[in-house]
Amino acid sequence: MTPSHDPLQLWPAAVSATATETDLLILAFTVLTLLLTVPVFVAITYFAVRYREGSEANRSPSGIRSNLIEISWMLIPFLLTLIFFVWGARLYVHSKNPPPDAMVVEAIGRQWMWKFQHPTGQSEINNLHLPIGQPIRLHIISQDVIHALYLPAVRLQVAALPDRYTDLWFKADKVGTYHLYCSEYCGTDHSVMGGEVTFMNPGDYQDWLTHAGAQQGKVAAGRALYEAYGCAGCHEPGSAVKAPSLAGLYGSQVKLADGRTVTADEGWLREKILNPNGDRLAGGGKQMMPSFAGRIPADELTTLIDFLKSYASPAAGKAADATPAGATR
Amino acid sequence: MSASGSIGGTARREPHAPEATIGRKADYLHAESTLRSWFLTTDHKRIALLYLASITGFFVIGALAAGVVRLALIVPNGAIMANDTYNKAFTIHGVVMVWFFLIPSIPATFGNFLIPLMIGAKDLAFPKLNLTSWYVFMAGALFTLVSVVLGGVDTGWTFYAPLSTAFSNTWVLPALIGVTIVGFSPILTGLNFVVTIHTMRAPGMTWFKLPIFVWAHYATSLIFLLATPVITTALILLIMERAFHIGVFDPAYGGDPVLFQHLFWFYSHPAVYIMVLPGMGVISEIVPAFAQKKLFGYRFVAYASIGLASVTFFVWGHHMFVNGQSDLASLVFSALSFAVAVPSAVKVYNWTATIHKGALRLDTPMLYAMGYIGLFVLGGLTGLYLATLAINQHIHATYFVVAHFHYIMVGGTVLAFLGGLHFWWPKFTGRMYSEPWGRVSALLIFLGFNVTFFPQFILGYLGMPRRYATYPAEFQLLNVLSSAGATILAAGYLFPMLYLVYSLWFGRKAPANPWNAKGLEWETSSPPPTHNFLSPPEVPRIPYDYPIQAQESRDQHG
Repeated sequence: MTPSHDPLQLWPAAVSATATETDLLILAFTVLTLLLTVPVFVAITYFAVRYREGSEANRSPSGIRSNLIEISWMLIPFLLTLIFFVWGARLYVHSKNPPPDAMVVEAIGRQWMWKFQHPTGQSEINNLHLPIGQPIRLHIISQDVIHALYLPAVRLQVAALPDRYTDLWFKADKVGTYHLYCSEYCGTDHSVMGGEVTFMNPGDYQDWLTHAGAQQGKVAAGRALYEAYGCAGCHEPGSAVKAPSLAGLYGSQVKLADGRTVTADEGWLREKILNPNGDRLAGGGKQMMPSFAGRIPADELTTLIDFLKSYASPAAGKAADATPAGATR
Repeated sequence: MSASGSIGGTARREPHAPEATIGRKADYLHAESTLRSWFLTTDHKRIALLYLASITGFFVIGALAAGVVRLALIVPNGAIMANDTYNKAFTIHGVVMVWFFLIPSIPATFGNFLIPLMIGAKDLAFPKLNLTSWYVFMAGALFTLVSVVLGGVDTGWTFYAPLSTAFSNTWVLPALIGVTIVGFSPILTGLNFVVTIHTMRAPGMTWFKLPIFVWAHYATSLIFLLATPVITTALILLIMERAFHIGVFDPAYGGDPVLFQHLFWFYSHPAVYIMVLPGMGVISEIVPAFAQKKLFGYRFVAYASIGLASVTFFVWGHHMFVNGQSDLASLVFSALSFAVAVPSAVKVYNWTATIHKGALRLDTPMLYAMGYIGLFVLGGLTGLYLATLAINQHIHATYFVVAHFHYIMVGGTVLAFLGGLHFWWPKFTGRMYSEPWGRVSALLIFLGFNVTFFPQFILGYLGMPRRYATYPAEFQLLNVLSSAGATILAAGYLFPMLYLVYSLWFGRKAPANPWNAKGLEWETSSPPPTHNFLSPPEVPRIPYDYPIQAQESRDQHG
């Protein structure tokens, strides 16, 4: 399932009560905006025609007491808009106070991916699967710069700060798959830092956690790492840097520059990622790949290698997961 | 415009004949013509033109970068350029447009040129300081542009830490140092304006006879003086942290990244009014002149300038509603942000009331002024959406914000700048521009602007985050529309550059007062003599003493 790709969508999907209420607030505010602006635009246009230089119009002073007008057109719009301050503030305070029974999902942002960990321990990268009908509290922090987690379908976002936790809570009541973004500019791949949030029935969610999700999620998470660490930028067919394709590499025989032939097994893949300058390939071009030693945590390295193991061909690599359009380059 | 015919039954006053015919050698443009006489001048009018030439150059650079951004966004997958190229393009667009164009635009050009003329003074209080401020400005701006030549900078114009201090591998330091240097220029200009307005008004020019343009610049100067030192401090701390890893903002060294946001917006929110208030001043001159009617509610409009400048210091927190700020702080900043609407509404309604029962001429400056009012109203009200807490949580950092601040900053500053440029062009240069081409460009810009930025309100509400080099396919249609609008807008900007330059050599000679406008600047010749007035100007009985006056003004001043 992927988010709607309607070419001219004029209203985003709403999956929670907060989202629906926010929409109502925005609609009402738009009506007020029209009430305040349309008369000004009509008046300016009308005056521009009616009082053109040389037109026969009555220009005698109207004798209006200006102080009264001035005060009325200062106060009336102000008081009208204050209604919206109160309305918006109430909704905001509500959205800031999660119910105590909320299910807590940990979220970590970093250049350039989101990592989510479910209460039962499973984790996923860039994608997020959640049950409906259950308050969810995302507990968010960043490992490097300021990011922000943005879920348009629930009309909420909050910064991911490198030094303190922030929270976001909502209760979705509709199944479906929607966009998940980073909304605070965080460097080169800011616009591909994100994926999809999938809201599921509680039963399906439990299923996902215990069966398909954990397995499929691992490959998808590996693919996300493959992109987040920039592997895809060089090793995918069609990239500007002509690095060899990694599809089907696992388990194959590799010829090295020193004449040896080795099997590309788990250990060898691991070694090449951490120490790319060892084991030069036969007929290889200029060695450009940077070392990832110290840059990639052990658990992520395992996930990445798991993905490479399943990466039989480019087609299979794509089919093994539900990578969102926004995450591929 | 040649003045003849009756306007609503009131005869126009003839332009001042004697001063309209001063000798060519006596005017400030031709008094001396060596390069040295321009680059070492202390004449506020020549310094204004130095600024005008430089900010026009920076505007072209900023506009080209915007063109790159809009080009990249035609396709969703970023196929046209790499992400980091896109990031560098929007960063340089923001840095150049905000710091090297919008902030100096009206104050440094029109303010420098007109404030002494409008108050009947020979020059600004500190002419050498005035020249210094231009050199400081140019030095800082060129320093920043070095970073672009070296390979660019990709932090966004907001330079948020720790991205800018520890994570960006681009030329952040020269950009930061340049922007820091540029910041000293408006401090000097603001100081000069405040002292000039306080001490150099012609005899009889009381505070409540000052044109609103001068009031607006007085308010702007207060912001220059009070807010700019804060951003200077913040940027110096940022430089120190990037260069020497002192822990002010980066938590890795024990700093607080949100602290930078507070310091940044404590300046940058008032800076919006540095951009907008002078524009309001320009519109408050144009509207009465082209309606031939006294500005409605003069005192309220004057107070509103000071009111806006004051309120704007208390609203910076609305940039941080979703950044972990305390709920109470967010509530307070939200409420205070709504207060900005009050003085803004005063201005808009008073301009509209000024047109009522006027004798309206829809010449180029007036077309720009009307366009300005439309864009400012939309920009201002969409600002209230962002000030509303629950709505902000959805549209914060999306294209809605991009659309909103372009309506305020382009609508509110660029349109006022272009309107003012046409209005005072005869005074600056002694030449008339082509009126038909002027009207065409005003309409093109208004149309192009709306086609470019209105779709972005929808994009933002649909959830497209800002500063995205790539985006989901469903946003493409609106992005292509926006880019098409930018093409129209570019054409609209190109026309004035061509016909205004053409007018310098081939334009009709301008009379002292081509618009039958009021205000002391129209009492002197076009272009003015080096010392502004050949004889001491006579201060009128009331400000904006146009032929048509509402009853209330007679009550108040009669």
